[in-house]
Amino acid sequence: MSAREKGWKEIAPAGVCSKPSTAFLTGDWKTYTPVRDLEKCTRCLLCVLFCPDGAIRWKPEKSDIEFNYNFCKGCGICANECPTKAIEMKVE
Amino acid sequence: MGSVVKQVRMALSGDEAVAYAVKQSDVDVVAAYPITPQTIIVERFSEYVANGEVPTEFVCTESEHSALTACLAASVTGARAFTATASAGLALMHEMLFVTSGCRAPVVMAIANRALSAPLNIHGDHSDSMAQRDSGWIQLYAENAQEVYDSIIQAFRIAEDTNVLLPVMVGLDGFTLSHTLENVDTLPDDVVKQFIGSRKIPKVLTHEGKMAPFKLDPDNPMTMGPIALPNYYFEFKRQQEEAMKNALSVIKKVNNEYAKISGRSYGNGLIEQYCLEDAEVAAVCLGSTAGTMKTIVDELRAEGVKAGLLRLRMFRPLPVEDLRSALCNVKAVAVMDKCMSFGGNGGPVFHEIRHVLYDADVQPYVVNYIYGLGGRDTSPRELRSIYSDLQRIVAKKRVETPIQYLGLRE
Repeated sequence: MSAREKGWKEIAPAGVCSKPSTAFLTGDWKTYTPVRDLEKCTRCLLCVLFCPDGAIRWKPEKSDIEFNYNFCKGCGICANECPTKAIEMKVE
Repeated sequence: MGSVVKQVRMALSGDEAVAYAVKQSDVDVVAAYPITPQTIIVERFSEYVANGEVPTEFVCTESEHSALTACLAASVTGARAFTATASAGLALMHEMLFVTSGCRAPVVMAIANRALSAPLNIHGDHSDSMAQRDSGWIQLYAENAQEVYDSIIQAFRIAEDTNVLLPVMVGLDGFTLSHTLENVDTLPDDVVKQFIGSRKIPKVLTHEGKMAPFKLDPDNPMTMGPIALPNYYFEFKRQQEEAMKNALSVIKKVNNEYAKISGRSYGNGLIEQYCLEDAEVAAVCLGSTAGTMKTIVDELRAEGVKAGLLRLRMFRPLPVEDLRSALCNVKAVAVMDKCMSFGGNGGPVFHEIRHVLYDADVQPYVVNYIYGLGGRDTSPRELRSIYSDLQRIVAKKRVETPIQYLGLRE
């Protein structure tokens, strides 16, 4: 906590910030983290399509998917949709 | 001292007057969805775009919610954006109205005022914009097509003033103004362009303490409309209230400067007083009703009645001081509402006027007339009866029925 929060005359109008929205790492909101079983995963990419935050991406160079935990909020939709039950939501 | 420029008289409906004013206002983006009685505004404007008469980007959206969202998005990049709607369309914009004012995006919007459903009604009253009076938008109500044209041009100056940066709604009574052809004196294109000028982007101190132009720019990334939790949200709302207060003097200034080039002004820009100085009985109204009311005041004055009228041009921000000093010496005031506030103590304009007069040294009698809902015609005879009611109140020194319905069948 800062010693004193700024008053309304001192703060940026409408709260504008000098960084893009991608600089706000909203992944720290999560309680549960998706953990993938590489054996069970068939790389069907359904989780990529269902992720509401775009936090799962297909990486062609690795021929695999990758979770971006900076933006994953732990909603568990990927685990719910996974046809081979390869994703488990674990408490962080 | 500028001089009044030569103008071209055109026969325009209120809607066409909006479209013509927007055409001259060097607008970058128009995004809209059609709804009666606003449709002609965007229809005419889309013709200007199709004919290559304006370089404006015209976005056809799938709803009014999207139309305002597109305008907001354009506006925060520094573009000048305009839209128009009415009734259910404005209601659908509700969420985005608050986002637009909260992001301090100076979008201008014309509202062809229309009743809200149900029952379905396409005709004029103020239910739509009155329901949005706390959305953080400046609200102007025009009396005739000429004022509609003038107000749209002024609205861009007001909205974009760097001490204001708030969106502006210009209300024109559905059908009474939107669809009625009137003579409108129009300024030359270059004069309008010069009057409004290009949009000025102020530099602001961002959350990180960096000075940056207040706009979205890929080379200088910025987040607009971030999350603000309980430790900051309140402060941003207070900023918006300050911008509203600043708007009062800006509106007056713009009204004066516009008078110099056009020869036309509307009271002090906030309120228009008609025979009010020595009035004993006076009415307060918004929009086109004022035209008829002025005729009635003239008739009453000829008969020796000290009648007056106050037309409230600017409902938000409410010109509290101007209203109080204009009305405090009147003995009885009738406030006219083309809108209902169900379960409230009278209509929204009545709430405000009576509230303003509470702090006057001597409170006049203040009564409310709800009228014209769903486009119900209000005759001069009915309007005249308001003044005889007021005279009776003054004589009896008593208000018997503070809230009345004018032109309603019992």
